Amino acid sequence: MKWTPETARDLPVVEVEEVERRFGAKRALGPVSFSIARKGIVGILGLNGAGKTTLLRIMAGDLRPTSGVARIDGLDLARDAFTPKRRIGYLPESPPLYRDMGVRSFLRFVATIKGVAKEDMSAVVETAVERAGIGEVAERPIGQLSHGYRQRVGLAQAIVHSPSLTILDEPTNGLDPVQIVAMRELIRELGRESAIIVSSHVLGEVSKTCDRVIVIHRGRLVADRSADDFGVAGGELERLLVELVE
Amino acid sequence: MRTIRAIALRDLTSYFRSTTGYVVASAVLLLDGVLFYALALGPGAGERLSGEALGSFFYSASGLTAVAAAVLSARLIAEERVTGTQVLLDTSPITDFHIVAGKFWAAYGFVSAITFVSLYLPLLVFVNGRISFGHIAIGVMGLLLLGAAVTAIGLFASSLTSRPILAAAVGGGITAMLFLLWPLSQAVDPPLSRAFAALAIHGRHFATFQAGILHLRDVTHYLAVTAFFLIAAVKALEARRWS
Repeated sequence: MKWTPETARDLPVVEVEEVERRFGAKRALGPVSFSIARKGIVGILGLNGAGKTTLLRIMAGDLRPTSGVARIDGLDLARDAFTPKRRIGYLPESPPLYRDMGVRSFLRFVATIKGVAKEDMSAVVETAVERAGIGEVAERPIGQLSHGYRQRVGLAQAIVHSPSLTILDEPTNGLDPVQIVAMRELIRELGRESAIIVSSHVLGEVSKTCDRVIVIHRGRLVADRSADDFGVAGGELERLLVELVE
Repeated sequence: MRTIRAIALRDLTSYFRSTTGYVVASAVLLLDGVLFYALALGPGAGERLSGEALGSFFYSASGLTAVAAAVLSARLIAEERVTGTQVLLDTSPITDFHIVAGKFWAAYGFVSAITFVSLYLPLLVFVNGRISFGHIAIGVMGLLLLGAAVTAIGLFASSLTSRPILAAAVGGGITAMLFLLWPLSQAVDPPLSRAFAALAIHGRHFATFQAGILHLRDVTHYLAVTAFFLIAAVKALEARRWS
């Protein structure tokens, strides 16, 4: 059957099958397999160096797996990256920002390379500005913004084209408590409409935001359950990680 | 096409927002002016034919254009890696060709702008001399073709590394080597001399433009060098995704 956005609606937004990634002789990830539904927030939890970022980069189409298949909306990223990349938003740990550009013109640039039609441009940019809460700095050069605002601009670039999958790598890194609460609220709001993947090594972060938690340890998937099953509020997740490290 | 234009405009405007752009443009225009004064207006200039003065100007301008193109193109991809913005391009629905083409047009646009601004210098020859517009047009075309070739070389070098300085050194090295093939061709015997002369991006291929003669062979040569290094840059970007 020929792929169309309509046929993709019945498929999981992410399918990862036996994905492995090596850097030279060192295996950084896998093999791991899982799938992610079209709505909700999935947390990728693991210690620093566990392979979270490698996994996120593969799902974002930034890195090719050494073996295995990563599909977005049923399309293999290694075979046809063009179509699935229109449907992915990605905020890496360090937001990819052109500091010499103004916020609004940067978002227009991102929307253009993400394939947003000319006639929709103003509307999608304004929606992203509003959702990320960056209206008051929208005309300022990005280089003059505080860390918190830069992180929000990073989030705005990830959602400007209304992706069906948004991947956020440590999105609350370096934010103050007020900004963290605002970021969590925004992520929850986005999770009601599309699939969101949030990576973190902070247990509380994942427990407070996610519906489902995937635990990665030394490149392997060691747990995949709903956040409620973990009983994260009681700190069981922390105990689980400690057990894994031991 | 829309994506290539967006990338090209973004990078082109960034030259106008950076000190590098202004420093390179000012240095090239200043040196162009000084050299033009020395060749066309300075002591002994009166005895020189206008066409000769014009040819000398294009000769000196070609070196400056090559240096400007090498410096301006070196940062294009390497800097994206330093600032972490390469990931934005890599995770967007665009190909490596879009990235290379967009960045090429940005740097080439700036190099061309510098070349056009310096055009008032050869036009000054009209004040006291007799030259043809055709000579100026063909000379400028030579500068633009040489600029395109060196920009493509710099872009290729930039695609190999995440250090703009190293990219500038590699791009400058390849350009210098291709310049030096011409004097080298005079020092060796055939068939090497013929091969070196054919591959050189200056000397035989630029001398015709300098003299106001349009030769299809030379136009094709510069276009081929440009295409070769742009394709190499695309391939280098593709290879890095697997590394």
